[in-house]
This record gives sequence, C-alpha cells and structure tokens, in this order.
Amino acid sequence: MESVSEVEAAAEKLAAEAGLDEDDRFHVTMALREAAVNAVLHGNEYDPAKRIAVSFENTGAALVFTVADQGKGLEPDTLPDPLAPENLLRGTGRGIFLIRSFMDEVHFRQLHPGTELTLVKHLAQAGEKA
Amino acid sequence: MALTIASREVDGVTVLDLSGRITLGEGSVQLRDAVRDLISKGAKSILLNLGDVNYIDSSGLGELVSAFTTAKNQGGEIKLLNLTKKVHDLLQLTKLYTVFDIKDDEASAIASFK
Repeated sequence: MESVSEVEAAAEKLAAEAGLDEDDRFHVTMALREAAVNAVLHGNEYDPAKRIAVSFENTGAALVFTVADQGKGLEPDTLPDPLAPENLLRGTGRGIFLIRSFMDEVHFRQLHPGTELTLVKHLAQAGEKA
Repeated sequence: MALTIASREVDGVTVLDLSGRITLGEGSVQLRDAVRDLISKGAKSILLNLGDVNYIDSSGLGELVSAFTTAKNQGGEIKLLNLTKKVHDLLQLTKLYTVFDIKDDEASAIASFK
C-alpha cells in the first residue's frame, strides 16, 4: 500500500501548490487515494507483478490526474449505486462514487489490459471567486 | 497517523475512543477486530467516539457499516459520537447518516441505549 500513500501525498502537494482551499484539497487527495486503492486492489488484485501508473499535471485551468492499472478492466456503468436503499449496508462499493462526487470530471478508458481513470479538478480563474 | 482505540465502560455502554485514520491498511482492520472482540464477549451497546478521527476512506466507511450490521445481527447496537466535519460530510454524502444513530453529546448518547 506504499504506492497509495505516495499518490495521496503527491496529490496533496499539488493541490496545496495550486492554492485549493482545505475542503478541495481534502476532496482531491481522497479521490486520488480512492483511485489508487482501486487500481491496486480491484484492478491489479494485489499482484506484485502488476504496476499502477500515475500522472499529475497543473494545466493552469485544472489539476489533471491519471491513474492506470493493469487489471481486467472496469465497466463503470455496471457498478451498483451505493446510495440505493438495498446497497446502503454494503461494506464496499463507495470508492468510484466518492471519486465522482469530489472531482469535476472523471473519465474511464479501457487499456486492454487495464483501466485508466482521468480525474479533473477545475481551478478558479482569476476574478472568478469574488 | 494510524488508528488508536481505547475502550472504557460507562453505565453498561462500551465506549471506544478512536483517534487517527480509518482507512484501508491503517485503521479498518483494528476497528473490525475491536468490534468483533467486544461482540464476542457479549457487549450489546457500543458507542464509537469519532471525535479524533479526521479521515475515513471508502474502506473505513465500509468497516463502520460492517460493524453496525455485525452488532445488529448479534442483537446489539452501535452508535456514533462526536463526528468531525469531514466525517459528518462523508456520512451525509453517502447517505450513511440515515443508517447510524449519531450523537454529539456523550451523556445523552449513553442514556439513549437504555
């Protein structure tokens, strides 16, 4: 799980350098943590031979992160809704929901094998936050 | 910071004072073991004091839910006390606020088990 902590720390640093407020920093950091955990746990299924690839970029207009695994692939549209009454007491299934809640854009790309998530947090432009 | 758990008894209620993070690999397993241990020893009324827990990930949320259902299945009850703003917001976002009985005052939380 060291890689997850590294991703979390790097996301926190980038978010802080971009001037995000405390809530947004928390959201970005948690979204990246969830994405990295998904990649290691559900994507690569803890296989030490498989890697996750993570990229970070501040484009000036947004923070853009990608997290890729080498697993069997993820079909995001088939995931159960964790807010549905019949799913509320499930012990798992909230990671992707949290990522979507905390980021402004989330994109999935199938890599054959693997899945790449692109997570985007828009940055307020000068004068936008009055 | 990993999770630390201290246990105390107040008027027949077991209060677990949690401090740190409840996340995959850092606190989830400790919480699971602590709750299962209490339940196996016959504890029915468990109050989780989350006042010093400032970070819970999806795994930690799942562990809270599992603790809740484990206790319920054994005829017991788990309630939550003193949520930080971040944890409160997470429980609201995930609708788990509707599952748990959440208290912000220990004395009334203890009394509510009777």
